[in-house]
Amino acid sequence: MTTSSLTTGPSWARLPRRHVPVLVTLALLLVMYSIGVSQYRAFSNVQVIFNIFIDYGFLLVVAVGMTFVILTGGIDLSVGSVVAMTAMVSAWLLQSGLPALLVLVIALLIGPALGFLMGCAIHFFDIQPFIVTLAGMFFARGMCTFISSSSIPITDGFWTTMAQHRIGDPRGNFVSIGVLITLAVVLVAAYVLAYTRLGRNVYAIGGNPQSALLMGLPVARTRIAVYTISGLCSAIGGILLSFYTLSGAPLIAVGMELDVIAAVVIGGTVLTGGSGYVFGTVLGVLVLGVIQALITFDGSLNSWWTKIVIGGLLFAFILFQRLIGIRYK
Amino acid sequence: MTDSRPVLTMTGISKSFPGVRALHNVDFRLYPGEVHALMGENGAGKSTLIKVLTGVYGIDEGTITLGDEQVAFSGPMQASAAGVSTVYQEVNLCPNLSVAENIFIGREPRRLGAVRWGEVRRQARQLLTRLDLDIDVTAPVASYSLAVQQMVAIARAIDVQARVLILDEPTSSLDAGEVAQLFRVMRQLRDEGIAILFVTHFLDQVYGIADRITVLRNGTLVGEYPTAELPQLALVEKMIGKELDVLERIEEQPRRELAAVEGGTPFVAVSELGRKGAVAPFTLNIHAGEVVGLAGLLGSGRTEAARLFFGADRADRGEVAVNGTPTSLRSPIQAIEQGIGFCSENRRAEGIIPDLTVRENMILAMQAARGWLRPIPRRRQDELVEQYIKALSIRPANPDLPVRNLSGGNQQKVLLARWLITEPRLLILDEPTRGIDIGAKAEIQKLVVQLSDGGMAVLFISAELEEVLRLSHKVVVMRDREMVAQLDNDDTVDADRVMQTIASGSQREEANQ
Ligand SMILES: Nc1ncnc2c1ncn2[C@@H]1O[C@H](COP(=O)(O)OP(=O)(O)OP(=O)(O)O)[C@@H](O)[C@H]1O
Ligand SMILES: [Mg+2]
Repeated sequence: MTTSSLTTGPSWARLPRRHVPVLVTLALLLVMYSIGVSQYRAFSNVQVIFNIFIDYGFLLVVAVGMTFVILTGGIDLSVGSVVAMTAMVSAWLLQSGLPALLVLVIALLIGPALGFLMGCAIHFFDIQPFIVTLAGMFFARGMCTFISSSSIPITDGFWTTMAQHRIGDPRGNFVSIGVLITLAVVLVAAYVLAYTRLGRNVYAIGGNPQSALLMGLPVARTRIAVYTISGLCSAIGGILLSFYTLSGAPLIAVGMELDVIAAVVIGGTVLTGGSGYVFGTVLGVLVLGVIQALITFDGSLNSWWTKIVIGGLLFAFILFQRLIGIRYK
Repeated sequence: MTDSRPVLTMTGISKSFPGVRALHNVDFRLYPGEVHALMGENGAGKSTLIKVLTGVYGIDEGTITLGDEQVAFSGPMQASAAGVSTVYQEVNLCPNLSVAENIFIGREPRRLGAVRWGEVRRQARQLLTRLDLDIDVTAPVASYSLAVQQMVAIARAIDVQARVLILDEPTSSLDAGEVAQLFRVMRQLRDEGIAILFVTHFLDQVYGIADRITVLRNGTLVGEYPTAELPQLALVEKMIGKELDVLERIEEQPRRELAAVEGGTPFVAVSELGRKGAVAPFTLNIHAGEVVGLAGLLGSGRTEAARLFFGADRADRGEVAVNGTPTSLRSPIQAIEQGIGFCSENRRAEGIIPDLTVRENMILAMQAARGWLRPIPRRRQDELVEQYIKALSIRPANPDLPVRNLSGGNQQKVLLARWLITEPRLLILDEPTRGIDIGAKAEIQKLVVQLSDGGMAVLFISAELEEVLRLSHKVVVMRDREMVAQLDNDDTVDADRVMQTIASGSQREEANQ
């Protein structure tokens, strides 16, 4: 018996279809970048790319967490609010005089704790992730305004160092420390998804949760873990944002969850779960960044155009995923 | 039976679902080093007994002892950790993951916490070789046929260091060669002292491998017997609780005359129809009232050929004529409009909608054919549904149950009813009797004969040669995705001859045109 005589069903299933969306995103990114380079001389400067990482690092970190959740077929709407809450709590604790290290630890615990609780609610009470994380979103946003209804500035030495320190080359190109943290998160996440049992269980649950259960995989633990991971990533994202803005503001990152979901989907992760890569998510965030950069370079376009283009792209990608049939259920 | 103490004892097990008592005071024991067949009609409670054991369902009453300990598993994960390895009735794999990963997920070889992918692939290949299967283990499991998926699920189960191996209808979509290979492996494991629980509806398989038999009927225990002391007829009686006469009547039926139905314009005539990578071009005529059997090993292209007839896959060459008029079958909707129905082999992925009720599932195809704007009157629905529940003895006979609550075999019957209700002019049945108990199987065969006598053309695909030979006017043999012979099903044709044709396949026999 040979392979070909045993496969059935449509022939597309035999191609490595799961790589196609990521490749398409990569192609899109290259096209947009070339457009930028051909239109504006300064666009070819490496710093343009570095700036995208500096400006969008926190979003990328959050998107990495979201990738875990979406791979299981879930969704986490609370991320934007958790980012804001983390920044807010940090600013508030620093203002009240706690040492920076302690503040960091506390701030990094709140997000995952909330994620853990949401994961438990989703798994044990069998409530839709959409509903649970929507509640989480309102809760976290509420906490922000509960702490303070106005923005709290951060003057702590550690924070300002993190915000201002530049790591650069002699030609003047540079990245912030936040970018390094972002890259570290990306690498760790990619490793976890590709090489650990936790990561593989995430894909299995996204493929078919019922089968995963009957195959003896720890479905409960994994489900809860992905929401905790998403919470942790949001917390790291919140810290990065507070490095970037040197403040905590109750209404920052409103609607960010939608940008994050858009980035993940444009990066080729399928909303029904089971297929996608962290690398795709990096590309997805870069696509958002390049669109924004193009619009900034143009100068005459309203920044709402970013939203419009992203909306169009998102629609195109979902349609595209449908067409090539990356749905296994 | 090398040991006199059972490795697994289930005592006084009861389990009820809302409105259904699935198990009532059932005892079951399993000895190390034996193959133990669990037998019973569709809905008798076999799968439920297994799921209760592995903790998928909680038990209402009773105790389970594994080795010397009383156990109550919280789920499959705990059960397999305790050495109970299970292949559930429906193939349960993750379609998006590769074959290799499906076999090893949850217990991948690792170094410092990192999965060693090379090792996973190597061991997966090794395991599949043991089952005589040589496939690309890196391809997603969804790209393979149901039969291969079933083998993959089995490979996953036999790799575990298990004390108890449970196989719930593992052979339903396998052909004879695959079954033989599986049995070799099962005997080997049995000789190593593993206790094997085996569920099947194929009596010859039971007598081929089982040491003992436990029979369930309607959720109660009928008895436990050594295979040697329970003749086949007695077993059937114990399963259905009465003597089975339909089966014999079918057995005695004379061969079906091809000449009687052939002649005139065929209902469907295809010439050189083919699809690259799926089936080589073939030519076939099907007349009204004719039953054409498709025989061949798994992966020989039977399903693929059938899918072309239904427009489920698009042919990339060849011509089709319906009633003499050239047409193309580009989509299932077109096929349905031409009066063609297709009952898929892949019940879970392509057929049954688990959350809809039995009634809704049955009415679906008919409603689709009428168009959604003309609902079928409730009275008519009730009539039809009741008629087919009775004809196919679907149990429980309650049209308002969600289909997910039915046993595997009964779900298959619902799917079959869906297409029978539409009264198509050509009905394609892809493994319609898979997982169906022998009583119901006989009923279905009788129904096929009746329908074709009434003028319906049937394309009948089955891994069971006897069944194909019993029902068909004409037997088409497929091999390596090619139609190698069309045999007029007269007295010269028997299972051996078909097997030979499948095996040699070289001498192309003249089509009976
Ligand atoms: N989840 C469920 N909810 C409600 N009823 C159920 C459920 N699972 C099974 N049943 C009912 O329990 C009874 C036993 O079903 P079970 O699946 O154990 O039968 P089986 O012997 O395995 O049959 P088959 O040969 O068709 O697989 C049936 O009447 C079925 O309808
Ligand atoms: Mg069953």
